[in-house]
Amino acid sequence: MSGEHASRRLIDDYAHGDTELAADTVWALEAHLEACAPCRSRLAASVATGEPGVAALLDTVRAGLAPQLDTAVRAPARRYRPRWASAWMTPVMVPWLAMTVTVTLLALLMAAAGTPVRFGTGSPMLLIAPVLPMCGVAAAWSRGLDPAYELTASTPRAGLPLLCRRTLAVLTVVLPAVLVEGWLTGAMTAAQWLLPSLAFTSTALALGSLVGVTRAAAGLVVAWGAVVVAPAWDTSRVPVVLQPGQLPMWGGLLVLGTGAVIARRRAYRAP
Amino acid sequence: MTSAMSAAGTAPKTYAWEIRATGLKVRAGRKKMAVDGLDLSLGTGTHGLLGPNGAGKTTLIRALATVLSPAEGQLELLGASVSGVGDHRALRRRIGYLPQEFGYYKRFTVREFVEYMAWLKEVPKTDIPAAVQRAVERVGLADRADHRMKTLSGGMVRRAGIAQAIVNDPALLLLDEPTAGLDPAQRLRFRELLLELGRDTCVVVSTHLVEDVAAACSDVVLFADGRLVFQGTPDELAAAGGSGHPGDSPLERGYSALLHNSEQPGGTW
Repeated sequence: MSGEHASRRLIDDYAHGDTELAADTVWALEAHLEACAPCRSRLAASVATGEPGVAALLDTVRAGLAPQLDTAVRAPARRYRPRWASAWMTPVMVPWLAMTVTVTLLALLMAAAGTPVRFGTGSPMLLIAPVLPMCGVAAAWSRGLDPAYELTASTPRAGLPLLCRRTLAVLTVVLPAVLVEGWLTGAMTAAQWLLPSLAFTSTALALGSLVGVTRAAAGLVVAWGAVVVAPAWDTSRVPVVLQPGQLPMWGGLLVLGTGAVIARRRAYRAP
Repeated sequence: MTSAMSAAGTAPKTYAWEIRATGLKVRAGRKKMAVDGLDLSLGTGTHGLLGPNGAGKTTLIRALATVLSPAEGQLELLGASVSGVGDHRALRRRIGYLPQEFGYYKRFTVREFVEYMAWLKEVPKTDIPAAVQRAVERVGLADRADHRMKTLSGGMVRRAGIAQAIVNDPALLLLDEPTAGLDPAQRLRFRELLLELGRDTCVVVSTHLVEDVAAACSDVVLFADGRLVFQGTPDELAAAGGSGHPGDSPLERGYSALLHNSEQPGGTW
């Protein structure tokens, strides 16, 4: 054999059915032919030119089988979802994403109907928006919500890369929905909530390496509710932490969270 | 078609035992030490893991599947140590695992489910359709491959579970109670599959059905209270029992004879 392929002479001998070929050579050649399309095509050429007997036999067999082969059309597999979709989200994530989008739509409808849901200059949506994407991520990486947890946990893909895929999928759905909502109602600008929501997501993932993403997200929601939402509910001001001056703080939190996630990348073994 | 040869298939083995545990301790939950000081070496073949309920079989299988980390002791799988927190990717690619109660996405078809598992197990993208078809055919679900999982009977779900476990041609196959829910004919077929797989794979089958072990296993591991009670061939297990021990078959008598010494408190059940 020359290089990584079978030599011309070897292939010719094989096509000829040369009994001089050693059994181990034939074995190695057949194993190679199974995996190597170029060598198979050279074998086909060799048979077509050098071995009219074999070629005729093959034609007869093919002619005999042709009617059956023509009718046996392989039925395409019935699919309910594109193959790439399951790489990014699990079916259990779909209802949660749908719910998040519905919440945003409802807020939009209420704003459009002129219902006085506003209080002062803020809107409830502004208070929810920073934690909304994080809740979606928590739902996507939850042991209790994912029935295939046990199976996923034993596979090589379980871990941070899979978590990142699902996080990205959640953000791709939720962020545009909230963005459009904020833009249509004019209740909030992206600058007010986008960076905080990313910071919350990264913090939840970072804390999740210690206590689990679901628990981390739940804790952050409770803290956010107690520290920011509850005091802001009565007043008519945008909470201090969501004012533009605080953006460096949120940026710092985002960097810190992302750094912690990268540092602890081995800790994410399973949902 | 997969090729007859692959780099992994022809590479020499660099380990003596597929599974090698020394002083292995694994926790179930926070306190209970379900596997408590286990020394075990298993090579190629079908190994039946027998033991009473609560013996720690499931915990041991989960530790072998790298889902649980050992609390103490050494565990080597396919020559790689899994004791510390490390990167088990390469090892996990070669493990097939069927949990006792395995969850799945009900809306997936059998093919989508096995395909998804093949993707999670990092089977090369071009090999996935063929590997899935082969796995589904081996468990006899080819005619149901495009049915949704929720329309399947319990036995069929079990077989779909076996299909996902073998889809990556594992070198180490862990099956936790695989025969639960299978009817007698399916059990016979499944035992044939086990014998076939055991020829070049290390298969660990946890079961409490002694007859499964007799029919399909080359080796029996008897496990009680987190410790190894007996390891040997089914014939040796049968030889351990006398006519005085309870049981309907020689194997069952051997089983009760060996467990008699490590009888659990808690009555006749």
